[in-house]
Amino acid sequence: MSLYVSVLVVLALLAVTAPAALIFGFGGAVAARSHFLPLRWIGRTYIAIVRGVPDIAFFLFFVIALDQGFEWLRHKVKCPDWDQPIRQGNDFIVCAQAKLPLSTSPQWVHETYGFFLAVLTFAIVFGAFAANVLYGAMRAVPHAQLETAEAYGMTRRQAFRRILVPQMWVYALPGLSNLWMVLIKATPLLFLLGVEDIVYWARELGGTANPRFTEYPHGDWRVWYFLALLFFYLAFTRVSEIFLERLMVRLSHGQATTGGSSQGHTA
Amino acid sequence: MSCWETVQGYALRSLGIGERLLPREDFTLCEQVTLIGSGLIWNIYFGTLALLAGFFLATAVALGKASRRRILRKPSEWFILVFRGSPLFIQFFFAYFLFLSLKSVSPVFDAFTSAWLGALVVLFLNTAAYSGEIFYGALRSIPRGDVEAADAYGFSGWPRFRRIVWPTMLRLAWPAYTNEAIFLFHATTLVYFSGFPAWQQKGDALYYANYFADKTFNPFVPYPILAGYFILLTLVILSIFGLINRHLNRHLPQEARRKMRLRINVIR
Repeated sequence: MSLYVSVLVVLALLAVTAPAALIFGFGGAVAARSHFLPLRWIGRTYIAIVRGVPDIAFFLFFVIALDQGFEWLRHKVKCPDWDQPIRQGNDFIVCAQAKLPLSTSPQWVHETYGFFLAVLTFAIVFGAFAANVLYGAMRAVPHAQLETAEAYGMTRRQAFRRILVPQMWVYALPGLSNLWMVLIKATPLLFLLGVEDIVYWARELGGTANPRFTEYPHGDWRVWYFLALLFFYLAFTRVSEIFLERLMVRLSHGQATTGGSSQGHTA
Repeated sequence: MSCWETVQGYALRSLGIGERLLPREDFTLCEQVTLIGSGLIWNIYFGTLALLAGFFLATAVALGKASRRRILRKPSEWFILVFRGSPLFIQFFFAYFLFLSLKSVSPVFDAFTSAWLGALVVLFLNTAAYSGEIFYGALRSIPRGDVEAADAYGFSGWPRFRRIVWPTMLRLAWPAYTNEAIFLFHATTLVYFSGFPAWQQKGDALYYANYFADKTFNPFVPYPILAGYFILLTLVILSIFGLINRHLNRHLPQEARRKMRLRINVIR
């Protein structure tokens, strides 16, 4: 039963993360284009740093870092007269009211909080990827378009909103669809973040014994569970591939890009 | 313990040489840097061997996919689809449990259940599929004129492939292949998180970074160290591949050579 729920968890993660990552990416891309120097640095660093480091390291890092960050903030707000240091040796200690989630809260709150952290982590990491794609797409919009907008008396802000953003999506779509594929393939990493997802249940149910039941009535079925997962992901990526191809054909219809005219050959 | 003693004790810990016990408390920065660096040996081992072996299979797969014969084309297409379409993480898990059940059939598969061989096989197949697709793309974009000129000079069969098609394919595929190499090295960090056990705590860089983060509950030290190591590794890969790129393009006039800038992607 939990296995089926965990499939829903994965789908929910995808559904929530994709738009969240897009927002982060948009913010990053806008920051990287900014005329205000520190903001541009922040945007560029955000994009650049993800390139050199394995994404799984980010996942492991952000889950703890975010958790501690939130607790630290709450600690500062809720217990201002706490005089002991937060890091004592190997412990991270905040006052009881600042714990997230509160130690008195029910189990589902803990699980939801874990899921929320996972979504935020995914959004930050994939936001950087999306920022790179969108940044490239914004630069791909013909400059003449922006100059024309200026000639019509639009301010930078107006030109950005009315000219640049509507046009950049066609250029961004190949990159974004690639990103979607990578995102699908990154979802099993949820397991590492402590969410009880499909990988977790495949391991538990397939194994011969686990802490909850001493013995299953079957041998080691984990191979078959993982084979099923393999096919699940394979089917999932294939379906999205077909769907995205269709979307691309529709979006580039009548666009002044090479894709607009040559789409018929490649699709 | 001075830092130099720590380096002596732990520099080769990931291979099982040196101190047996990992540090348990009062972790110094030196210990973290040394141990994570020691784990990096495994990342380099997996990455280098998988890349070298995968290169040849990738060439074969690319040729297979471009082949006109159905019997060669279909298996190559399926191979690429399966390994590119499913998450590497799941592939690791599946392979591990597959080897585990094969072990009971025949002792030949004993070695495959340990990471040094089992994970290497998975990485090898995985990178072969990804680079196979890259090479296939390059194969299709070889200028028609080059091949026609080769025909006109009387090249055919193996000599034509060896002297004309293959070098051009590599030249065109190289920037993308550099990316693939970088991602492969990043992917090696997944090995010890996916079923393959780390015997006697001999793990890779991320394994040790995670160990320290768990023990100290402070992610702000080990992960940046790991990130630093990987950025260095990426720079090394970039420079090595850059040298090879220069070698591959040495016959082109200066102008054309300078235009061929390495475009680095962030996603695989």
